[in-house]
Amino acid sequence: MSLYERFRDLVRAETPVALATVIDGPNVGAKLMVVREGNTESVEGSLGNADLDRVASRDVAGELEAGRTGVRHYGPEGQATPEDLVDTPTVSVFIETFAPPPQMWIFGAVDFTAALGRVAKVLGYRVTVCDAREIFATKRRFPMADEVVVSWPAPMFERRGHTLGPRDAVCILTHDPKFDVPAIQGALATTVGYIGVMGSRKTHNKRLERLAEVGVNQPHDLERIMSPIGLDLGGRTPEETAVAICAEIIARRTGHGATSLKNTSGSIHS
Amino acid sequence: MREILDDIDRWRANGKKVAVARVVKIEGSGPRDPGAAMAVNEDGEVAGSVSGGCVEGAVVSEALAILAESSPGRMVSFGYSDDEAFAVGLTCGGTIRLFIEPLAW
Repeated sequence: MSLYERFRDLVRAETPVALATVIDGPNVGAKLMVVREGNTESVEGSLGNADLDRVASRDVAGELEAGRTGVRHYGPEGQATPEDLVDTPTVSVFIETFAPPPQMWIFGAVDFTAALGRVAKVLGYRVTVCDAREIFATKRRFPMADEVVVSWPAPMFERRGHTLGPRDAVCILTHDPKFDVPAIQGALATTVGYIGVMGSRKTHNKRLERLAEVGVNQPHDLERIMSPIGLDLGGRTPEETAVAICAEIIARRTGHGATSLKNTSGSIHS
Repeated sequence: MREILDDIDRWRANGKKVAVARVVKIEGSGPRDPGAAMAVNEDGEVAGSVSGGCVEGAVVSEALAILAESSPGRMVSFGYSDDEAFAVGLTCGGTIRLFIEPLAW
């Protein structure tokens, strides 16, 4: 198996991998790859010099950890300090990180779930639909989902809450407090970046009372709960609602105010 | 690169030579981030993209040249702000630096 074929299989299996390529200097095109499988990290390939490999693989592992992609410069034997690089030919290395896709967990097997799942797939999420009702939570009803789980929220978060992080989203679309409240509690106990909960303002206010009853009343917790869910786009259909929810997730991540670009100034791509 | 793997596999299975162009650096405003990738086979078929459509045509020519001359790959830049840049540019005014190489690893 060639290095490319190994790389391809790892990317398909969503195994975290970082690929380093010499883009300028001796051995253009040479490649080194750092793979993280479970808790072990392995280095495969070579940039053409053992010392350079040793220094670069440390940096590549760091970039993989941070999920970053970019260019680094070394001396031919891996010298990394700027003083060592004066008047010597340098090696430029492009390090590209392939991290698993972000997750979206959608609680509640309802009409909006299918639409949200489809839009989330367009945005590159790994979509998990979760509902305790076996007859509704089926792969047939949610073919776009990567996974459909029949479970109450609490055990789902106990088992897998630790896999959620700042890039991930939890959307709670059930309007049932039996389900909403434990789902919100579970989500708040993780570092998930987005927690959205569907319901009218009236439902939201009632839900706040239920949450207070179980001890969820701290401002830093309530601040994280996006409810009613989504940006105010004025849409009505499940698909329009799905766009409003995903738009809110993007705006929360970037910290932008989600107004029309026409009405703002500054760089578009920053 | 994830999204172009299927096309690359198909081309390789048919014995076609393949070049891959990847965005490695963007200066100023640019439509796609580093890592954006496009594959070109020896017949000029294309998968993926590296910009908003501004430089794709020039990248195909460059990729075909790299395949024809069995080059190990090279850096190519596009943009108005670069003296060495090709005539093609990004309408948004940024500079895009690509590494184009044959898929021979």
